[in-house]
Amino acid sequence: MTVSFMLNGTAATWMGPPVTRLSAALRDDLGLTGTKVGCEAGDCGACTVLLDGRQVCSCLVAMGQVEGCAVETVEGLAADDGTLARLQKSFLAHGAAQCGICTPGMLMAAEELLRKVSRPGRGEVEDALGGVLCRCTGYAKIVDAVVAAADPTAIVTPSAGAAVGARLVRVDGHAKVTGLDVFGADGVPPDALWIRVVRAPHARGRFTLGDMTPLRRRLAAVLTAADVPFNGFGIYPDIKDQPVLADGIVRYRGEAVVALVGEHATVLSIRDDEVPIDWAPEPPVMGIDAATAADAPLIQADKPKNLLLEGGVRHGDATAAFAGCAAVAEGVFETVFVEHAYIEPEAGWAQRVGDRIEIHVTTQTPYMDRDEIANVMQLKPENVRIVPTACGGGFGGKLDLSVQPLVAVAAWLLKRTVACVYTRPESMAASTKRHPARISAKFGCDATGRLLACDVTATFDTGAYASWGPTVANRVPVHAMGPYVVPHVRTRGEAYFTNGPPAGAFRGFGVPQAAIAHEAMMDELADKLGIDRLEFRHRNALRTGDTTATGQVLAHSAGLAQCLEALRPHWRRTQDEVVAFNENGGMRRRGVGIGCMWYGIGNTSMSNPSCIRIGLSPDGTLTLYNGAVDIGQGSNTILTQIAADALGLPAAQFALVSGDTDLTADAGKTSASRQTFVSGRAAEGAGRDLRQQILRLANAGPDAELSLDGARLTVHEAGEVRVIDLATIGSLTGEGRFDPPTTPLDANGQGIPYATYAFAAQMAEVEVDIELGTVRVLRIVAAHDVGRAINPTLVEGQIEGGIAQGLGLALMEEFLPGRTENLHDYLIPTFGDVPEIECILIEDREPLGPSGAKGVGEPGLVATAPAILGAIHHATGVRARRVPLLPHRLREAIVGLKGTGA
Amino acid sequence: MGEYIRPSRLEEALSALARPHTVLAGGTDFYPARVGRTIDEDIVDVTAIDALRGISATAAGWRLGATTSWRALIEADLPPLFDGLKQAAREVGGRQIQNSGTLAGNLCNASPAADGVPGLLALGAEVEIASREVIRRVPLERFITGLRRTDLRPGELVVALHVARPTHPARSAFLKLGARRYLVISIAMAAATLEVAEGRVAAARVAVGACSAVAQRLVALEAALVGAPLDRSLADRVDPTHLGPLAPIDDLRGSADYRRQSVLVLLRRLLAGLAP
Ligand SMILES: Cc1cc2nc3c(=O)[nH]c(=O)nc-3n(C[C@H](O)[C@H](O)[C@H](O)COP(=O)(O)OP(=O)(O)OC[C@H]3O[C@@H](n4cnc5c(N)ncnc54)[C@H](O)[C@@H]3O)c2cc1C
Ligand code: FES
Ligand code: FES
Repeated sequence: MTVSFMLNGTAATWMGPPVTRLSAALRDDLGLTGTKVGCEAGDCGACTVLLDGRQVCSCLVAMGQVEGCAVETVEGLAADDGTLARLQKSFLAHGAAQCGICTPGMLMAAEELLRKVSRPGRGEVEDALGGVLCRCTGYAKIVDAVVAAADPTAIVTPSAGAAVGARLVRVDGHAKVTGLDVFGADGVPPDALWIRVVRAPHARGRFTLGDMTPLRRRLAAVLTAADVPFNGFGIYPDIKDQPVLADGIVRYRGEAVVALVGEHATVLSIRDDEVPIDWAPEPPVMGIDAATAADAPLIQADKPKNLLLEGGVRHGDATAAFAGCAAVAEGVFETVFVEHAYIEPEAGWAQRVGDRIEIHVTTQTPYMDRDEIANVMQLKPENVRIVPTACGGGFGGKLDLSVQPLVAVAAWLLKRTVACVYTRPESMAASTKRHPARISAKFGCDATGRLLACDVTATFDTGAYASWGPTVANRVPVHAMGPYVVPHVRTRGEAYFTNGPPAGAFRGFGVPQAAIAHEAMMDELADKLGIDRLEFRHRNALRTGDTTATGQVLAHSAGLAQCLEALRPHWRRTQDEVVAFNENGGMRRRGVGIGCMWYGIGNTSMSNPSCIRIGLSPDGTLTLYNGAVDIGQGSNTILTQIAADALGLPAAQFALVSGDTDLTADAGKTSASRQTFVSGRAAEGAGRDLRQQILRLANAGPDAELSLDGARLTVHEAGEVRVIDLATIGSLTGEGRFDPPTTPLDANGQGIPYATYAFAAQMAEVEVDIELGTVRVLRIVAAHDVGRAINPTLVEGQIEGGIAQGLGLALMEEFLPGRTENLHDYLIPTFGDVPEIECILIEDREPLGPSGAKGVGEPGLVATAPAILGAIHHATGVRARRVPLLPHRLREAIVGLKGTGA
Repeated sequence: MGEYIRPSRLEEALSALARPHTVLAGGTDFYPARVGRTIDEDIVDVTAIDALRGISATAAGWRLGATTSWRALIEADLPPLFDGLKQAAREVGGRQIQNSGTLAGNLCNASPAADGVPGLLALGAEVEIASREVIRRVPLERFITGLRRTDLRPGELVVALHVARPTHPARSAFLKLGARRYLVISIAMAAATLEVAEGRVAAARVAVGACSAVAQRLVALEAALVGAPLDRSLADRVDPTHLGPLAPIDDLRGSADYRRQSVLVLLRRLLAGLAP
């Protein structure tokens, strides 16, 4: 059928089956990939467009219904000459786009509203945009941007030397607000073959493959384990335990079994039950108790007791010290599988170029991908090229391989371009999760409230494969005593295999789970001694000069006490307000809570170097060659700001080459909050190196000022002007490297696991509906010691986004294999759930960091759940022992407390 | 590849339905059930049929066309009788879903958590159904027959919903309980319509959703309300014994016990809220 309609003001025709989704027609046939697809089920709103002026999910509109209608997409927002609409500018100025995958949908939903109401209130914005999910921003800056869309926007353009500390607009922002950014599924060449993966419907079992010949006749290939040169991958060099395609055994529901490769329509038309797989399911081992039972079957034959790893920290004599404590608190806390729920599902494509394989993919870690694919393909790393696309959110979930080995194997064998884009249910079933944890904590203090001892055991369900399990089990014991001075410490981390989904890296690597436990203990000790909860923490806060439980002296930049001091006035005022509110009685009770955290920046006791280069070409193009992937958190911008000031030229003059393993150096993975600190230092080094070379060429001193105009590089010094003609001197390259100084931990966990730590304290005010058990978070004040805020807007964005995820962890997120594999049964916070957030940035400089900066990618999340749970306790007396505290669980606990059904 | 027709006349749609076809309206239930696979069934798209559109007043009351969207309902000029249904409409999904999703689609999808059903039950709505042969009307109570099952027979289409004009001035309200603010499947919800004469409840219709396979009227509660003064003491009339028709289950959104308790809370608040 031919459909005629208006598309962004121009007549358009489209031909195809009329039941085709509008989103697919726009993206696949009309070339407008600005409209994003995150679920095909109406749940995420990324595909929102205007149909006759009204916002609709284009994934729910049949092309047949578009006949004669007007369709408007993000590509139509800017003027024909490319001038951005006010709304787009406002998004840029407010930092409303992080990864940008939700941005087109947000813009279109806002556009519908703004045509009716030019100056909407916050409530109107929330109602109008409430059908679009964002996993990055926590929504605050999006609301700000829409509310202010009618106002002229002030765009900051810092001059040379003034970039650090400025609210510079994201350097990659323009592409994100125009729909031009190319994400994993956006750049698939039209001639590509497609993969659809057939996945295990059982969490544990054996299978045999039947005769694939009939299927092979309809397809280019049917790939099985036998087609994979080295069928194992994993984060650690010595644990390659996860098969690319299962080989007769499956260990979790959603594990890849067979890859169908063919024309797009063909692979989609083949149902799972048409693929001859003979299943012999076995009862799965679910949860820590089942995995550690005496007669538990082994998940992996060579892993006795299902134990992946254990380790811990010992300092002083905790057992003896408890005897001398005036107050002791104890508790066991449990968390569940949590899904990253980035709005962009895993996606990418590969092509074989001679004896090399080239993979375009959404990833957090191009260099690890390169080496892993080389191993899977049994190629040399130089023969693998990873070209990261824009990444529509990662949060740790895109640190593991997903589509990469599948498209690589298929493209290699078939010598064709091969693409794979996960569906949402597939993404949720197959990808890694946050580790479920059971944390037994015991803390004791003296009569003045000084902590004396702690004993924490954190047991993790690491799922079917190791993934980042060892990282979690190593990181947690170092952090499990909380950001406090505790002289006698015993902490342990252990991780067990189960038939759950592989638990991997997720913002905080287990520390958010541990923080729930240690912060509950702080509250209980403070309450026992009648000490204010904030003051109790302030008394015990790690400060510069203190020694941590691993024996590390914090020489600099330990700003927790300052964070708490910044919260103090808010805390006191809110306490009073809460008391006044609750005096009115009624079904709603308010409470206020506090959560503190610390977070070691970078890998735990492991080298994690970064190398950044800056090139100045003969024509005067200044390029940041940046191997650090920006997954929305803003490293492209941060590194540009740092490099610009180190070099002494305006940030606006930088071009960017990002991530491509052929063009950049290895800057390490985007995880562990390390890119600002580690790659930032490398970028600073690169800027300085290039500056040195220029000054040497001009024979100028260190204070000279540079300016660049085409190929003319001018060096000004004390009234003297020297001009360098770049065309005659050839290219210049500055290079910087940094590897944060750490030492290995010994058998007692003693050593220097991290070069520096971020600190934070957050306060949450909540209102609990006592009768229904529902919780509304009213306000969060977040004080973060970030060393130095290179770009305050981006720092706030990380904090706000982290808070939204922490809120989800506390109140609503629970991944249940087979049951919450979509975004309507798995709930993440919406516009209406995330409260007003006030960020307070404490800048206790870290001399090792670039301009004193540390990282902030994960800390935002860590302190939030404890603060919310503490506030709920304050309001109701219920101490959450298990999160998420869904309404029915909270209500049951309230009833249990009162012993009445009222 | 299946057939797809999008007629503008009802008769064409009904003729097509002589052979099995899937009906497509706003697509907000249809497409989510078909993620990641080819759609090859035969389809009758009913969104271009004039006879299925619009809200109008009739001699007996109001007619809501089958393809009336939630948004059209919210924007329609209707008496306070419809306030509850409008509140429900505002709680459906997000704006996009409200713009596309239709009333009849919500009923025909027959989810236990369909937010439109309690409100329409509380309005005493009737479903008008057409086939090539006959046009018939069924009270909504008898239209949804079970979990994702309706009284629609092969060849039939929902054409409209009818709401009778109440004898006395009426008011209505709706409350929904969910674990987040927008885009949330109800854990439980309740709707009530009260007709008021001389400051007292002259007639009452109360319905609860997501606490049984099909949303249920609570006739015992309705009876207990009749004659009561229209003030906040209405809430006191709610009694656990009124929940007889409900059969809540444990699922990931809540336990059966929690649902039973919460419904009482919702009903009390709903009724208190209906008092001036
Ligand atoms: C993100 C999201 C959020 C949602 N939130 C809610 C919510 O909060 N509350 C809620 O109740 N629902 C919700 N829904 C479900 C859905 O939007 C509603 O049920 C909607 O009213 C369905 O209408 P539709 O026109 O889109 O139905 P369609 O998807 O077009 O059709 C639904 C079913 O009804 C049949 N059908 C439709 N019209 C007719 C007719 N005239 N005659 C016979 N059969 C017909 C179709 O064959 C199909 O089986 C949500 C859906 C999504 C995707
Ligand atoms: S892709 Fe349409 S709502 Fe998610
Ligand atoms: S910016 Fe919204 S999902 Fe990433």
